[in-house]
Amino acid sequence: MTAEDVAHAVAAGFETIEEVKRYTGFGTGSCQGKECLVPVTLAIARASGGAPADLRPFTPRAPLSPIELKFFASDEDDD
Amino acid sequence: MTRSRALGGLRAAPPSTADLVIVGGGIMGLAIAYNVALRGLTRVVVLEASYLASGASGRNGGGLRQQWSTEMNIRLMQESMEICTTFARDMDINVWMRQGGYLFLVRTAETRAELERNIALQNRCAVPTRLISTDDARRIVPELDTDAFIAASYNPTDAVVFPWPFLWGYAGAASKRGARIHTDTPVTAIERRGADYLVSTPRGSITTPRVVNAAGAWSPRVASLLGLALPDWPARHEILSTEPLKPFLKPMVSVLESGLYFSQSTRGELVGGITLREPKTDEIKLGSRLRFLSAMARGLREVMPRLGDVKVVRQWAGPYDLTADGNPIVGEAPGCPGFFLCCGFMGHGFMMAPVVAKYYALFLLGRETHPLFHAWRLQRFAEGDTESEKMIIG
Repeated sequence: MTAEDVAHAVAAGFETIEEVKRYTGFGTGSCQGKECLVPVTLAIARASGGAPADLRPFTPRAPLSPIELKFFASDEDDD
Repeated sequence: MTRSRALGGLRAAPPSTADLVIVGGGIMGLAIAYNVALRGLTRVVVLEASYLASGASGRNGGGLRQQWSTEMNIRLMQESMEICTTFARDMDINVWMRQGGYLFLVRTAETRAELERNIALQNRCAVPTRLISTDDARRIVPELDTDAFIAASYNPTDAVVFPWPFLWGYAGAASKRGARIHTDTPVTAIERRGADYLVSTPRGSITTPRVVNAAGAWSPRVASLLGLALPDWPARHEILSTEPLKPFLKPMVSVLESGLYFSQSTRGELVGGITLREPKTDEIKLGSRLRFLSAMARGLREVMPRLGDVKVVRQWAGPYDLTADGNPIVGEAPGCPGFFLCCGFMGHGFMMAPVVAKYYALFLLGRETHPLFHAWRLQRFAEGDTESEKMIIG
């Protein structure tokens, strides 16, 4: 993911963080956006001529950090 | 470096008239827009309340399968697979399609008998599904623990894709042919005006002789704007993705009794979900729950114990659009001439859209009425003329 990718996404018509996420896949890797959200937001604002403060962050997804599945596998569900 | 702003949709006033208005910028609405534009109907407007891929089309697991219990679904999915196979080339966008097959594991003799009936039907339609032993299942996926299972069905020609680029492909190709796609443009009213409909949005109103309701789980709300009660209802379906692993898993693996399914994407992540029983509701809930993560972790560990050490990276949810007989609702709504339905796709609308949209376009253009328009008409519920699809997963 590069600044040029963001400019390309904005040129293709994607102006919000949710849209740029879906077009580029940013925020779905190992950092889940914790490292890339701010730089990408600034890059979208730069490419679209908008203000960073007007861009809403994408919906954060659980878990907060990657965790082994086995830690969730013991919780018996009585359903 | 100027590109046409074609893929993301317009945030602008829509035109005041159109030949066709499609409500819903998911794969169904965009694929119908593309298919009618391709055949010459270009004064088409797609209205999306949020952004493209914001609903189930952007939230599903990307499975494409031909293993079904009804001939209608088997034959439609055979044709949809053909369209998907050349989609990247035809639409100039990579959809990361990988034809690794689908493997359904079964626990009980009763489910196995059902599977045998389905396989016989699939074979008659020339889908090469086989009933295989659990030993054979482990030859295809050596990491499986099959102790809890008695047999499996395997079709090597089923596939997985990455869903999002399908939407950009359809949106871009439809826009290029003149269709207008408006995002962040919710429909607030639909009123009869003589022989036309007046479709209102906060950005302006459109007069059109025809409206297609392709709003997925939101379709009952859209229909209610006209006073029409639809029998489909939304259901949350949760899904998760793990850290990327080296490519090891060829087919999508699914357990028929629990609705567990998981596949490995071309990025290496395992992506999957499982059925959670919930009370019926009209509300669209998209929150993620620990209850799902826990059920999924137990389900994955049962079929592939070593996955306990794999890290889950993210979980999310999407809305299934359910009907009582497991089949969609299509065609002109009784009592509402010019108002067309394309909803109730039971969580498999994504894989069906390429073929359904093609026949929907031919139907709207008056060129051909595929049998699906009879089998899946809204009136079937009142007439008691239904045929249930049994292979609904997730």
